[in-house]
Amino acid sequence: MTQSGNLPRSRVGSLVLIAAVLGGGATAFAYTAGWLSPGRLTPERMIAALAPPAGPSLGHRRNHAKGICFTGVFEANGNGVELSSAKVFERGTYPALGRFNLGTADPNAVDATVRVRGLGLQIAAADGEEWRMALINPPVFAVSTPQAFHDLLIASGKKDPEAMKIFIQANPEFTAFATWAKTAPWTASYAEEPYHGLDSFIFTDAKGGEHAVRWSLLPMAQVTPISEAELEERGPDFLEQEIAERIRIAGPQRWIMVTTVADPGDPTADPSKAWPESRRKVEVGTLVVQRIEPEQDGPCRDINFDPTVLPKGIRVSDDPFPAARSSVYRKSYDLRAAEARDYPRTGMAKP
Amino acid sequence: MRDAPHRFAAIQRLLHWLMAACIIAMLFIGVGMVSTVMPDYLPLIRIHETLGVALLVLVVIRLALRLHYGAPPLPADLPPGIKLGARLSHLALYGFMVVMPLLGLGMLWAAAYPVVLYGGIHIPAFLPQSDRGHTLLWNAHVYLGLAFFALVLLHLAAALFHALIRRDGVFRSIALFPLHDKTTPAE
Repeated sequence: MTQSGNLPRSRVGSLVLIAAVLGGGATAFAYTAGWLSPGRLTPERMIAALAPPAGPSLGHRRNHAKGICFTGVFEANGNGVELSSAKVFERGTYPALGRFNLGTADPNAVDATVRVRGLGLQIAAADGEEWRMALINPPVFAVSTPQAFHDLLIASGKKDPEAMKIFIQANPEFTAFATWAKTAPWTASYAEEPYHGLDSFIFTDAKGGEHAVRWSLLPMAQVTPISEAELEERGPDFLEQEIAERIRIAGPQRWIMVTTVADPGDPTADPSKAWPESRRKVEVGTLVVQRIEPEQDGPCRDINFDPTVLPKGIRVSDDPFPAARSSVYRKSYDLRAAEARDYPRTGMAKP
Repeated sequence: MRDAPHRFAAIQRLLHWLMAACIIAMLFIGVGMVSTVMPDYLPLIRIHETLGVALLVLVVIRLALRLHYGAPPLPADLPPGIKLGARLSHLALYGFMVVMPLLGLGMLWAAAYPVVLYGGIHIPAFLPQSDRGHTLLWNAHVYLGLAFFALVLLHLAAALFHALIRRDGVFRSIALFPLHDKTTPAE
């Protein structure tokens, strides 16, 4: 390098080679990182699509932002052992931690304006393994693919009424969800809702047999339908007040966990397609919700209900959503952790 | 010069190339996995975590070997500035190799994610959940990771410079197989 301008041809060739290796390496890296592919569906783009026009609520989850923590137990009845070797299915009682929530990016949304309700849950097994999940009350998911979910967010965010029509033409599976949203009764309590996992997972039993399953938490509470208007009259935060009150007065609330086993050929890769009602169902236990705490200082605040945190004996299937949700939830967690000072803990309820 | 050890020990050379391949894979997997929502995301994360812990174990062995065997001297005619750069860049490379897996584990612990590797190996958490801790560790992991890649490129450029232009035996000292290139200084 000291006598540039006078380099032998082989040395020029070597320098060109070195430059090519560096340039190629850097370009390949940039491509892998998505820096050269603005069209790639990244967790950032999904999160941008979730944000309301006024921007996200800093410090909060980017979706299902309004919620309240609960703690309790999962009482396994032992029936799940034939399907999965996961320890949480062995007859016994396991600590549970979760969060009732509303499917909105606004943590201050009025309850009656949010159609989808959800439940995030973490069940801890004795051996330190965890099972996390995030369930919602519609019986089918709105769309077939993560890309379609992104498109739905974009279309529903547009003022142009044609945008949704065009979206539905391209994603006809949306009608099943839309019908549910329009016709299913509302309730005035988180305790009266069923919560469905919707995504398909694979249970592996002790003999190595595999079973494609979906699961739901079905409420044991009496369901009393009410109208959207009635719910609105009860106040913007009625659901959180109601569940705390209900447990204080009536005691723990319960849901039966029902796993549905697929027949060969049932669609596992598409949570917008329900399986036939006749599929075999196995009740594997009961979720008992014993205590409610506000999210701000509550134990659920710190938990990302990433549905791919699974114990041995449960794994993901060809359903593309758990991976997409994991990727986006992580990004959401990273963001809200970094913004914690915008949603400060009061420090009052920390044990 | 001929009397001093002019090559790293075979085990050191083997470990160097094994870790080099793994580290480059880690850097690409790292930036790739965080930019996708596709199903590949999950195996990529699992590989990244498993390989990361494996590399942490390997770097400990590597440092022990380095302390035991030392390193061949740099060519006597290498300018002092380059020599200093070489020493510092190697120090930094070892630093990244040690720190990156620790930051990665730390950021997962601080986010209350269970760390489960391939083979079902569960790494217990040594840090409690902490918003601030997670943010700090995550940022450090990301930005140091990018710096690590830049340094790997620089290291690669220097290696090729020694191998192709200076032909001073430096590349030969770490090559996996004996090379029959000229060992005399290029000048």
